[in-house]
Amino acid sequence: MIKLQSITMSYGRTGHALDDVSLHVRKGEIAFLTGASGAGKTTVLRLIHMQAKPTKGEVRVSRFSSARIRRRELPELRRRVGFVFQDFRLLESLTAAENVAFALECTGTPRAKIGPRVQKLLAQVGLAARARSFPRELSGGEQQRVAIARALATEPLVLLADEPTGNLDERASRGVFQLFRRINASGTTVLMATHDAELIRHHPDVRVIELEHGRVVFDSAAENDA
Amino acid sequence: MRSVREALAGFGRAPLLGGLSVAAIGVSLLIVGLFAVAGHNVDRALSGVESRVEVVAYLRDDVDEELVGLATAEIEAYPEVAGVTYVSKVEALYRASQEMTEFSDVFSDLEVNPLPASLVVQLASDSRTPDAAERVADRVEGYDFVEEVRYGREWVDKLYRLRRIVGGGALLLGGSFAIGAVLLIGIAVRMAVLARRREISIMKTVGATEAYIRRPFLVEGLVTGLFGGLLATALTYGAYRIVDRTLLPLEWVPEWWMAVGLLFAALLGMLAAARAVRRELRNIDVY
Repeated sequence: MIKLQSITMSYGRTGHALDDVSLHVRKGEIAFLTGASGAGKTTVLRLIHMQAKPTKGEVRVSRFSSARIRRRELPELRRRVGFVFQDFRLLESLTAAENVAFALECTGTPRAKIGPRVQKLLAQVGLAARARSFPRELSGGEQQRVAIARALATEPLVLLADEPTGNLDERASRGVFQLFRRINASGTTVLMATHDAELIRHHPDVRVIELEHGRVVFDSAAENDA
Repeated sequence: MRSVREALAGFGRAPLLGGLSVAAIGVSLLIVGLFAVAGHNVDRALSGVESRVEVVAYLRDDVDEELVGLATAEIEAYPEVAGVTYVSKVEALYRASQEMTEFSDVFSDLEVNPLPASLVVQLASDSRTPDAAERVADRVEGYDFVEEVRYGREWVDKLYRLRRIVGGGALLLGGSFAIGAVLLIGIAVRMAVLARRREISIMKTVGATEAYIRRPFLVEGLVTGLFGGLLATALTYGAYRIVDRTLLPLEWVPEWWMAVGLLFAALLGMLAAARAVRRELRNIDVY
């Protein structure tokens, strides 16, 4: 599903953000991408979401390749790869339901189908009762759930999350991660960047890929294979 | 629908800039409009004069009338020619005495008729141009019995030059103001894009197409252009009425000219927006 082959990524003079990184996340898998700040976690997610092209190597996501993808194919890829941010990125002037509907509207969902689909998505993240609340009226955990519902709106094959629990307390974090597991159980590949060691320790069955200074220094899948 | 709503919201966000953009397009097209009214009226004057453009060939006194008859038939067959009239010496003198009554004494005292006979060549309506007149004049001058050929060359040339100046002036002045308008609309659209940076970033994250993201900005440009065009039409009409009432009577331009002007204004606004938005959207992505 996701394949990084010998990826090097440099940003001008600041040196390598990633240095010869190769990894493979299979369809339906769930994995933590961990490491200290600046280790290259966000860069990996950005490359998978094709917000940037690698300096060297090739990123493949489903049938898309970083080497061949054209600008006008990007929207199609983005609909297949959902993205969740640490800071939620909800539109403050819109309610929870409208924030989710926004993603459906701007990807061309017929108007008549939007309402029922939004209800279903909010129910899926456990927020059916908060549909009419504005982001400022929701807790951090609830806001992140709205953001997750929005990311799921286009029925992505892959869900990428960049420190999704970084702004949440422990209880909310656990709830959000449980939600990711449920989403994964329904077949979506999930890759979650986090430096929350506690969370990782609580889920020993989830694959862990650790980055350090732009290199993969640990991959539990490789350990298990060995 | 969303595009229209958001375009209007764009105006609400920066009313001063939106107003300036409308005014800039309005002024640039006002200039084009004034030149259009001037051009239209020069055209009308020109077609009035054109119908009087004729080539006159003065004949030698010793000319054989039979030969002139043959030549007349030949000249009438030219594609540029509508008709040829033979004016004899006697007729010329009669006309001169009729047209210049103050000299009637002089004419009646003459012992010898000094006026030559002539062929007056009327040009076909689609050939009343300096080039055609000159072509006909050159051919007619080729006959041995023709002493001299005259046509209102200077007049025709002057009018045509005036029309070219009017056209060129409109293009130059209107064009430079239009460039100003394009830049102003560009700034307005760029500000609108920046104000919606967050939304656009989310749209790109979830996979909205570029066309979808661009559309409201293009509509904003189109509406700006259209308002500018309407303003220009109103201002031009006002100026026309003032001149028509106080200085000299004019005719208002044909309606389809206004329609073309409005269409042009709307397109100008949209193209200016397209140019700005394409640049600006490249700078916005997910992070």
